[in-house]
Amino acid sequence: MASKTKEILLDPLFDNNPIAGQVLGICSALAVTTQMNSSFVMAIALTVVTGFSGLSVSLIRNYIPANIRIIVQLTIIASLVIITDQILKAFVFDVSKQLSVFVGLIITNCIVMGRAEAFAMQRKPFESFIDGIGNGFGYSFFLILTGFVRELTGSGRIFGIQLLPLASEGGWYTPNGLMVLAPGAFFVIGLSIWALRTWKPQLKEEE
Amino acid sequence: MSAKHGTAYTMGFAAAVCLVCSIFVCLSAVALKDRQDHNKKLDEQKNVLKAAGLLAPDEEVTAAKVAELYKSIEALVIDVKTGKVVEGVDPTSLDMRAALADKDLSYKAPENAAKVLRIPSQAVVYKVLENGAPAMIILPVNGKGLWSTLYGFLALDVDTTTVRGVSFYEHGETPGLGGEIENPKWTALWKGRKVFDGNFTPAFKVIKGAAGTPEADPHAVDGLSGATLTGNGVTALVNFWIGENGFGPFLEDIRKGGK
Repeated sequence: MASKTKEILLDPLFDNNPIAGQVLGICSALAVTTQMNSSFVMAIALTVVTGFSGLSVSLIRNYIPANIRIIVQLTIIASLVIITDQILKAFVFDVSKQLSVFVGLIITNCIVMGRAEAFAMQRKPFESFIDGIGNGFGYSFFLILTGFVRELTGSGRIFGIQLLPLASEGGWYTPNGLMVLAPGAFFVIGLSIWALRTWKPQLKEEE
Repeated sequence: MSAKHGTAYTMGFAAAVCLVCSIFVCLSAVALKDRQDHNKKLDEQKNVLKAAGLLAPDEEVTAAKVAELYKSIEALVIDVKTGKVVEGVDPTSLDMRAALADKDLSYKAPENAAKVLRIPSQAVVYKVLENGAPAMIILPVNGKGLWSTLYGFLALDVDTTTVRGVSFYEHGETPGLGGEIENPKWTALWKGRKVFDGNFTPAFKVIKGAAGTPEADPHAVDGLSGATLTGNGVTALVNFWIGENGFGPFLEDIRKGGK
């Protein structure tokens, strides 16, 4: 059991990563990764929501009428997202202002719905919770990686701390403005998908 | 997965899920409301201070420091149409957002480029005192950007035209593009620009590309790349709120040396 739990938790990290393997959840990955700070908070928020939505859907999986199951999942996910948003507004107000609509958009994040429908509807609550957390970590890993690359190259900072002195302020580093814009995220995510699939060739689709 | 259920079961199940979910949502909203309101108020005060240049843009401050700095700021309630100060109304009792949603406390705005729909009858403006004498006026402004309504404060010198600072505290623009209206480097460019031309007609503009120094290009501010529509929104909302339908009458009174 313990090794199975570990597998459920770690499998989505690299072997079956939602972003790099299944290319899900890209929209928010483009939007919030200009800074480490917002990437980090978004990653935690999504992980919590996927974990708990898996848990709650799994708890009632045997009672959900099949014909309304999607909307029931959506109701549960939406409620969790609203609660998460309320908590962010109360405790990390500044970051929640930056994330603005994207916390709300977790509702439409394909990873959350996908895991609820594909995994939690068939599995036990604990496994579903772990699966949600695992997929959240898989998403978080790429989000934070992308945030790291984009904030460092786009503004020479990490967590808002200036690491590379900017040319405009007497330093040597000219920031790459492209990295702050959405296309920058495409490049970083594209390159990381390439890297991951070279490392794990089984992720490649059949020709 | 479960067997096929009857319609009654399905309806009942849907109702139960909705009920349980709404209870959780309500609980979180109610339990956290005080904290959120406190954050919002602190944030608003911080933004008034930032617009006034009393607080550095990136400065992390405690609530106590904000309260201390806020002492040099005097909030006034004015009647927007006449521009006269309304005595006997507590500024903290006015909620501008709530006023905009209330027919008795606001009126319909004439058609305008900033897409402002309603104007509050009474608005809170701020005077910043330096050594006891008023040095700046801070006006609350709002208007449509690309996706969302932008809310901010505009700090003007007592000559009513020179910008002393600006700060946008709430918006739903794209982070990294339109969201850059929050960027202190951009708002720093506003300092010293003039929002009115020589005849006190609103003349402010966020242009495409880079503007010169405040002396060479007094009415223009650099555009934000990738955010032309947000920039246009900013242009429109500044000109609306300093204009005759906004705080124009109040500013004119100040120019005439009234209060």
